[in-house]
Amino acid sequence: MSSAAETPNYNYDIVRKFTLATLFWGVIGLSAGVFIALQMVFPDLNIEPYLSFGRLRPVHTSAVIFAFGGNALFATSYYVVQRTCGVRLHSDKLSNFTFWGYQAFIVMAALGYVLGVNQSKEYAEPEWYADLWLTVVWVAYLYVYMMTIIKRKVSHLYVANWFYLAFIITVAILHLGNGLALPVSLMGAKSYSAYAGVQSAMIQWWYGHNAVGFFLTAGFLGMMYYFVPKQANRPIYSYRLSIVHFWSLIFIYMWAGPHHLHYTSLPDWAQTLGMTFSIMLWMPSWGGMINGVMTLSGAWHKLRDDPILQFMIISLAFYGMSTFEGPLMSIRSVNALSHYTEWTIGHVHSGALGWVGFITYGAMYHLVPKLWGRERMYSTKLISMHLWIATLGIVLYIAALWPAGINQGLMWREYNDMGFLVNSIIEVVVAMKPYYMIRVLGGLLYLTGALIMAYNVWKTIRGDVNEKEYATEQQGAAA
Amino acid sequence: MSWSSHEHLEKNAILLLLLVIVVVSIGGIVEVIPLFRKETVIEPVEGVRPYTPLELVGQNIYIRENCAVCHSQQVRPLRDEVVRYGHYSLAAESMYDHPFLWGSKRTGPDLARVGGKYSDEWHVAHLKEPRDLVPESIMPSYEFLLNNGANLHDLKQHLKTLRTLGVPYTDEMIENAVRDAQTQGTSVGRVDASGLEERYGEDVNARDFDGQPAHLTEMDALVAYLQVIGTMVDFDKIKDVESYGEQEEEAQE
Repeated sequence: MSSAAETPNYNYDIVRKFTLATLFWGVIGLSAGVFIALQMVFPDLNIEPYLSFGRLRPVHTSAVIFAFGGNALFATSYYVVQRTCGVRLHSDKLSNFTFWGYQAFIVMAALGYVLGVNQSKEYAEPEWYADLWLTVVWVAYLYVYMMTIIKRKVSHLYVANWFYLAFIITVAILHLGNGLALPVSLMGAKSYSAYAGVQSAMIQWWYGHNAVGFFLTAGFLGMMYYFVPKQANRPIYSYRLSIVHFWSLIFIYMWAGPHHLHYTSLPDWAQTLGMTFSIMLWMPSWGGMINGVMTLSGAWHKLRDDPILQFMIISLAFYGMSTFEGPLMSIRSVNALSHYTEWTIGHVHSGALGWVGFITYGAMYHLVPKLWGRERMYSTKLISMHLWIATLGIVLYIAALWPAGINQGLMWREYNDMGFLVNSIIEVVVAMKPYYMIRVLGGLLYLTGALIMAYNVWKTIRGDVNEKEYATEQQGAAA
Repeated sequence: MSWSSHEHLEKNAILLLLLVIVVVSIGGIVEVIPLFRKETVIEPVEGVRPYTPLELVGQNIYIRENCAVCHSQQVRPLRDEVVRYGHYSLAAESMYDHPFLWGSKRTGPDLARVGGKYSDEWHVAHLKEPRDLVPESIMPSYEFLLNNGANLHDLKQHLKTLRTLGVPYTDEMIENAVRDAQTQGTSVGRVDASGLEERYGEDVNARDFDGQPAHLTEMDALVAYLQVIGTMVDFDKIKDVESYGEQEEEAQE
């Protein structure tokens, strides 16, 4: 890793843009999430046709995964690749194009959903024209990233870049493979997927699971591999572990998709392969977690007062938890209960809110002062407040949806003494209501945390100094 | 191999990139490619036909409104599901769905066997205001479908596109797409449905679905689609799906 002092030559402007976009879309995506969670409690909030649950759900998922997560990955990868390669990002023009092009993709996709243009393929909803546009932007991203690496001043490529690189290239492969479609006409939005039925299902979940594996995992592991050691000011725990964990993670992830299709019309052999590799995936996942957490060896005391480091470590804890839960849920007999239920939604959110959200917040709090040339964030107390409010939000969210899902699965399969099913579907829907309400509360808390962050970042950018906190710190230092 | 040999990859970004591509490709190749051989995937059952033009319009409304985020179309071979919904889903039943609509979440019930389970009137009233029929329902209302005319203008092109992708629509089906859609959604007796039945089978549901006989609306299309889901294979004729192909062969001998 480059330990060189800040070189003015780096292109921070592009990183600043992506950072602000991350915060902006984060608030939008979380608000959309809270709104659709409310719709599940109060169906009158559905404003048809444009703002019905069906159309807004992809607005929420795309906004948090691709807009919030994607912009965070752009921002940090562009920052990390410059800092670790010791050169300015290749081509200002092209990197600027990736920024505006990517925002245009997000707007295009979201507008489409609301207007009723979507392919009904989870996390791959955008229609062919938006898919093509994203392909152009993504190729530019890969080109900018690769060219910067090739021009690097250091001989070894730091591990964070392996992960970012694997994320960029694999997402390209997945997007092209799954997105293959034939438009009805070049003037219309509608297309038909090139695949049907079982093939379509298998390819969609090969894509879908690796959107998790590469977009939400490999990319964010790149973030983890740079920002955790930086914030802790310690080298990464184990170089060998990072090699083993990198190659096994990217190899095994690609097999795991069929666990989304247990007991379906997909041939059994494919389901079994998917389950087997999903269980194996537990190991490289925990390899990554251990490598991150153990980086604090010898610096554990820093965890006491540094809320940024707390964000990162809690995020790794959630990563470890959800990558244990995932393999568990991929076991066929567990899946028989968990599939189609709220448990899956709870699982996803412990990963998304806990791992992806928190590692991003940690990285952003580290980044913002550096990007705008400030000594530190405006208020450390507000970071701490964000941390605990958001953590409480996640706990409420997942503590509601785990039992909700298990309850749902058990109610569906409950028989009476005569051998008849006990519950109708609507009785199960009614039973979900209290959980749904707790979920709304959890989501609101998490959103509140993000708003606190936005305020803190805004103050930092303006260059405000929190006099009171500053004075207390000076006193502490003097004592 | 010693650890230091990994250095070659760390020093050569192109080599690293290529090796990543190789490593991530293997899983997909093993799991996906064999599925392109039809015999690996599809049970040889009879009855599954391409959707009629009106059903296709309905399916596209189902896709547009993203019904699949709350309703699965995939009954698993588990006791409670077979009791609740009916025969478990077969691969053949979604072989003409571009894309598949199996879903991943059941906020509401599975719909893989919904066809014929409720009357048209029930569906229309329920889609119009779900809480009129099921007070605790949390489903959005789809009353606006009654006011939107079904979009038929480029139906031919839709069928052609699907034929390019492998759905066996004949020239005749494509030529008559618009007329078939109009015929299917109009009250029997007012039009001659023989052409439609000739092309899509005698079991095809041809009637006014939405209670507005003078208009062919999106509601007509969606209900026509809902009423055909899961009804194409006649399971009474098949004792054992797994060995169905063999039975046929034996019978022929």
